Amino acid sequence: MMDGLGPHAGFILAAYLAATVILAGLATAILLDRRAQRRALAALEERGAGRRGGASS
Amino acid sequence: MASLTELANPARFMRLSSVLLPWLAGAAALLLAIGFYLVWFVAPSDYQQGETIKIMYIHVPAAWLALMLYSMMALSALGVLVWRHPLADVAQQAAAPIGACFALICLLTGSFWGKPMWGTYWVWDARLTSMLVLFLIYLGLIALRRAIDEPSRAGRAVAILTLVGCVNIPIIKFSVDWWSTLHQPASVLRLSGPTIHSSMLWPLVITAVGFTLLALALHCAAMQAEILRRRVRTLTIFEAERLDRLSLQAAQ
Repeated sequence: MMDGLGPHAGFILAAYLAATVILAGLATAILLDRRAQRRALAALEERGAGRRGGASS
Repeated sequence: MASLTELANPARFMRLSSVLLPWLAGAAALLLAIGFYLVWFVAPSDYQQGETIKIMYIHVPAAWLALMLYSMMALSALGVLVWRHPLADVAQQAAAPIGACFALICLLTGSFWGKPMWGTYWVWDARLTSMLVLFLIYLGLIALRRAIDEPSRAGRAVAILTLVGCVNIPIIKFSVDWWSTLHQPASVLRLSGPTIHSSMLWPLVITAVGFTLLALALHCAAMQAEILRRRVRTLTIFEAERLDRLSLQAAQ
């Protein structure tokens, strides 16, 4: 594979690696953030925080 | 207008996006797999650039998406300033890091292509510089949002700066026509049609659509996270008020 890419293989692979790392990092950060918010919301709702009057205990 | 407002309801958005998201992500994965198969095993190398042409299949879609996401943010900014719609603010906030990432990919892949082809990673050429400015604007918008605690004030400030930054979009697009630049002129989005051969154009179109669907899927997921964060913030305030009331009652 490396031979087939010619003398500039390092630049081609570096470009693909950079794009993969950035997009994978972005997707992971977004999905982890969404999961954290879902958990925080579930915890709040379980404590009754969604009701304006609020639970007394 | 009423139906648009109804469609832009956060609860309705959460329902619709939950259905849409797996399809967007699946279609993006499929198109990117087909596109990169064509890039690596079918598309020919360029007679001048050789195999470095493979970098174009990431660089060009990343540049398009950095511009597209900024244009989307500008439309959302109008929604924030004119209609004060909370979902427009959510859309604007969620798009900024995604746009910044595509701008960064565009800059990095351009540098990796530039070194073997131009002999340098970077030149202060109009196209490269205006793209760097777009990346810095994205970072500035993210920083501005984080610097202001009150969400609606932050949203309006970011919306104004987004609209000011819009002036850079036509500069990026037409920089290669307005100035004498090292960067080559447009070869796909031209009034007289693309100048690249179909054996390279099709893989480029397929990867570009794949990256666009991926960006939309990420935007949907980021918007969901932001809507949930705002709900968490509201409920945390309600809970704090409730605990205050309880402690007052106990003191009496």
